[in-house]
Amino acid sequence: MFQRLRENKSVQGTLLALPTMIWLSVLLILPLLLTLVISFGRRSPDGNVIFTFTLDNYIRLLGYHTNCAGGQARCFDPIYATILWRSLVLAFNTTVLVILLGYPLAYFIARAHPKKRNLYLFMVLIPLWTNFVIRVYAWMMLLRKEGGINIALGWFANLLGIPFQPLEMLYTPGAVLVGMVYEFLPFMILPIFTSLEKIDNSLYEAAADLGANAIRTFLRVTLPLSMPGVVAGTILVFIPVMGTFIVSDILGGRQVILVGNLIQRQYLDARDPTFGAAAALILMVMTLIVTYFYTRRFGFGEEIVAV
Amino acid sequence: MAGEFAVELRDVVKNFITPEGSELAAVDHVTMQIRNGEFFSMLGSSGCGKTTSLRMIAGFEWPTEGEIYIEGKAVGHTPPFQRKVNTVFQNYALFQHMTVFENVAFGLEMEGAAKEEIKKRVAKALEMVQLTGMERRRPRQLSGGQQQRVAVARALVKIPDVLLLDEPLGALDLKLRKEMQLELKALQQQLGITFVYVTHDQEEALTMSDRIAVMSKGAVRQIGTPVEIYERPSNRFVADFIGEANFFDGRIKSLAKDEALVYVPALNADLTGLPVSDGLVNGEEVVVSIRPEKVRITAEETMNTNLFRGKVTNTVYIGTDTHVYLDVCNAKLKVYEQNRISRLDPGSFYTVGQEVLLILPPENTLFLKKD
Repeated sequence: MFQRLRENKSVQGTLLALPTMIWLSVLLILPLLLTLVISFGRRSPDGNVIFTFTLDNYIRLLGYHTNCAGGQARCFDPIYATILWRSLVLAFNTTVLVILLGYPLAYFIARAHPKKRNLYLFMVLIPLWTNFVIRVYAWMMLLRKEGGINIALGWFANLLGIPFQPLEMLYTPGAVLVGMVYEFLPFMILPIFTSLEKIDNSLYEAAADLGANAIRTFLRVTLPLSMPGVVAGTILVFIPVMGTFIVSDILGGRQVILVGNLIQRQYLDARDPTFGAAAALILMVMTLIVTYFYTRRFGFGEEIVAV
Repeated sequence: MAGEFAVELRDVVKNFITPEGSELAAVDHVTMQIRNGEFFSMLGSSGCGKTTSLRMIAGFEWPTEGEIYIEGKAVGHTPPFQRKVNTVFQNYALFQHMTVFENVAFGLEMEGAAKEEIKKRVAKALEMVQLTGMERRRPRQLSGGQQQRVAVARALVKIPDVLLLDEPLGALDLKLRKEMQLELKALQQQLGITFVYVTHDQEEALTMSDRIAVMSKGAVRQIGTPVEIYERPSNRFVADFIGEANFFDGRIKSLAKDEALVYVPALNADLTGLPVSDGLVNGEEVVVSIRPEKVRITAEETMNTNLFRGKVTNTVYIGTDTHVYLDVCNAKLKVYEQNRISRLDPGSFYTVGQEVLLILPPENTLFLKKD
């Protein structure tokens, strides 16, 4: 029997993949199916799930509510669509900012002397040693009215003799954006660095040799060859930003509510898992759609290989 | 065409800082003149400064001292993209994200050439390297030899004053390499563009070049045509590096205008009628050099000078030649004899221990300065 196993590559492959397959089936596919079923259910008065088939949760997500202030049967308020849209825009802005900030740094590290390269990469990774939540709280310390940034600005204003009112930065969309960019920057720097590092120095020389100055070399050689890193980084940043709720919870307070917060509150505060499940599925579908169109255009960040 | 020289290096020095922090002269006071339209090779083992010299002509490195002239003009710190020279890189350095057409068109686009002209010139360049029909392929879909041709087409399409080639055939197998050597040489003759070719392969340099600069430790040891380099090496290093040679220590006993007498202790004899080389004085200690194929083994005692008696210690049959190893007086000597007649006849074999007569022909016996 072992003899045959040794010869049969496809059985070997199946055996090797089996643990992961079981893991994913039990802990991903089954819960996902359960979430799907729940999303069509109805909340019981004591916060449990009544399994049935109703589209109420999805209709509510579209903005048609049943408990209206004016007492009508149905009223329209696109509050959830607004939240979804806000999350999408924030994820987009975060990704763009992270690329703009991360690319030059990755470029700098990739072109640095090999001896210093590891030190720089190490420095990029240091913040990840601290707990995610603690890092967000640290931003709260910086951004609040009596926080580090306002103190520094006040000191400068005093120095220049300008009257100064502490800025309201915490609990604004800007604060959430800053927090997101900070949290996810390393996940953009690393893949871009990896693809930049692979570009052989002779390619830059070849471009210069053929008459390209620094800018044209960058646009025609460096950037296209590092796109796999940008794509991989974008996937690593965009998807988690779409779903995360901690940053907006701490830095956005009640002012900046994202889908992540919506889902979390439905499960924990409002005790309506059916509506939470519907929102979670909508988030997943939306992320999948964006990722699908993005990867269809740019690929998954794989290397350019012969077709 | 301005002037006689396409490229000129005048007393060029290039120092690098080693990882240990000390200074290293990769190129050490090199002067050479590369003529317009010639196929010029820089030959030497790794670390001899040939690639650094080439990179300085291309503009990837700048000399620490001295000056480089291209078409008679000092290039100073002109960046590579402003020099009318193009390079074929050792690893080809093709743009993997571009097709063959886009690779070759890149240089013309940078010049701002019109679309129609680019199309025409790229087609012509690809035809020149026999890659017509491959325009839409990507470099990775090509064989090593084809990639090499793309690299050549990409550099030549710009019609440079000088084409620089950095060991361009190093990655190809022997047969393909020989084919490409002849092709590159034919291309150079057809286009009349100056080629500066870097290689560590002496056979390659001898096959292709009009002139060769033999380099070692950052310095030029000799510049000359392949025949000059091989037949009249100007020092022991060159004689040793190119081909093979027997070396004996000697001392100049008398020096006339066109022939010299050199005493060789190991042979316990005077060698007479040797061609005189410059810069040596009477009484000077020298190295006598003779190529193994120049030594003649003869059957009958002739009235010849420089005649010696030797004893065969070993013979090796290698098809085209037979290598005969001999003891001559206190010296060891190797002789390569071409197998002009079939060695099947057992009478034609040399046997170990056999005594033979040898002639060291004076016109091919050189005495060189000691390194």
